[in-house]
Amino acid sequence: MDGITSWITYVSGRPDEILATTWDHARIVLVVVLGATLFSVVLGVVVHRHPTARALALAISGIFLTIPSLALFAIFIPLVGIGNTPAMLALFLYAILPILRNTVTGLDSVPAAVVESARGMGMGPVRQLLRIRLPLAWPVVMAGVRVSSLITVGIAAIAVLVGGDGLGEYIQGGLTRLGLPNSLESVWTGTVFTVLLGLLLDLTFAGVQRATTSKGLRA
Amino acid sequence: MSHAPKIRLEHVEKKYPGSRTPAVEDLSLEVEEGEILVLVGPSGCGKSTTLRLVNRMIEPTGGTIHLDDEDVTSVNADRLRRRMGYVIQQVGLFPHQSIAQNIATVPSMLGWDRARVSERVDELLTMVGLDPETYRDRYPRELSGGQAQRVGVARALGADPEIMLMDEPFGAIDPITRERLQNEFLRLQAELRKTIVFVTHDIDEAIRMGDRIAILGERSHIRQIDTPERILAFPVDDFVRDFIGSGSTLKGLQFEVVDDAVELDPYPTMGVDDDPARALRAAQDANAAYVLLLDETGRPTRWLSVEDLESAERVTAESGTEVLAKVELGATLFEALEQMLISAAAVACVVRDDGSLYGVVRLTHLNRVIRQARVEAREHYERIGAAS
Repeated sequence: MDGITSWITYVSGRPDEILATTWDHARIVLVVVLGATLFSVVLGVVVHRHPTARALALAISGIFLTIPSLALFAIFIPLVGIGNTPAMLALFLYAILPILRNTVTGLDSVPAAVVESARGMGMGPVRQLLRIRLPLAWPVVMAGVRVSSLITVGIAAIAVLVGGDGLGEYIQGGLTRLGLPNSLESVWTGTVFTVLLGLLLDLTFAGVQRATTSKGLRA
Repeated sequence: MSHAPKIRLEHVEKKYPGSRTPAVEDLSLEVEEGEILVLVGPSGCGKSTTLRLVNRMIEPTGGTIHLDDEDVTSVNADRLRRRMGYVIQQVGLFPHQSIAQNIATVPSMLGWDRARVSERVDELLTMVGLDPETYRDRYPRELSGGQAQRVGVARALGADPEIMLMDEPFGAIDPITRERLQNEFLRLQAELRKTIVFVTHDIDEAIRMGDRIAILGERSHIRQIDTPERILAFPVDDFVRDFIGSGSTLKGLQFEVVDDAVELDPYPTMGVDDDPARALRAAQDANAAYVLLLDETGRPTRWLSVEDLESAERVTAESGTEVLAKVELGATLFEALEQMLISAAAVACVVRDDGSLYGVVRLTHLNRVIRQARVEAREHYERIGAAS
């Protein structure tokens, strides 16, 4: 009980600071997810009809997820220095797979007859893609975006180790002072607000998914 | 004056890379303006491929395609397709678009303004028998199979194309709805007079829908191309005969009508006040087992058998058996035959609009008509055989 009371005291003592840090964290996630979405959707569209390229793209983006995050963050330091940039590059690589996989799956799920009739009415490839295939794949793509945003929120806490911002600061700060006053409170603050941010982002993306999906596709 | 067919395929060939035999080999075909040409054949004969060559969904590897007198073998395929309606068995409505948006597909691509498009959408929905108010803003998943294909047809008619290509459009629809859609489509076509190429594997559908039928064998070889009447009366070879199957004579009866241009055999009739003995003699003269009793307005009411007449002093409105087997003037011989089968005298009465007797159809009449059709068809083929 004491723990919780002292944590609440800790949090209520620095609300502005915590919110600012949460916002930093959120910003990193949003930029990464947005970038990964653009990249993965384009890549998915390009590789969708080429079996080899598609298998290759999925395999490589899958491998990214298996690289330990600590190592992946560090790999970019020699290239871009420390700060948010190496962190965002690493997170970007993690965010690709769910969106790419769902883009390909979503495009696969577009009924052949729908594409056939679109073509038969004189829609060119670009029109077919923008007017028919992507809108139909969109709910599945958005599901991938939500998964990616959840993954990214969690892993972004490590950004602090390569000099980045975000809620990782509270976790790392607490861990290095373990045993001293407010160390555990700090770790909890970082953890709880990361989880809350994750939930908030997921709700937001769920709203976006709903708003951008045609009524005709909702069950 | 040279008259150009609406669609002309000349020596068209489709050969897929890696396969030795072409899917479509040296196909030449003409479709006249305003007719429904049905391509029919066993599965795998290349009939769908042939249809898809016309709008170049499949690019031919040889030959030329003309619309009117324009060579469209190598024009922009997308623009070509916008000039033709395309209906497929699986319909392929866009599930994320409303019915109105679906129907507006081609008009929107052609840059029609909003007001004109929405007016056209309502017109088309009405045309295919769907209430615009109710259906305009619905989505495809809310439609039954039959309704979806109505929308499919409306969408294909979107920009009022002169040509419609239909690939088994009613193939996935339950038999009752299918027949209704076929009939409605034929009624629509009677108004619109589109040039239609229609693919089916069902010979009965081909007979019902086609102004002309092309029966295709392997690699889309045309085995016979003609009106359904003539194909039924004179299949040119065993392939066609097998494909038409049994009952072709019966099916042929659907194309023969009894109207006032048809002269029917005389049949003995009498009124209630006439002398039974005289009627009996008339029946014997006409070699008929029955006499038809007419009421005072000339409507057939009772069948009187020879025995009825022999035993009766006089006839009443209750003598004999009731006349049930009646068809109206203009009915097909198929309908007449159906009535003959249930008739006491094995004869179908043909009545005018007011119910009065025009004449009767007897088996000898059917027999004569069928034989006549066969002779004419054979002569026709002998003539074109001699000419070529």
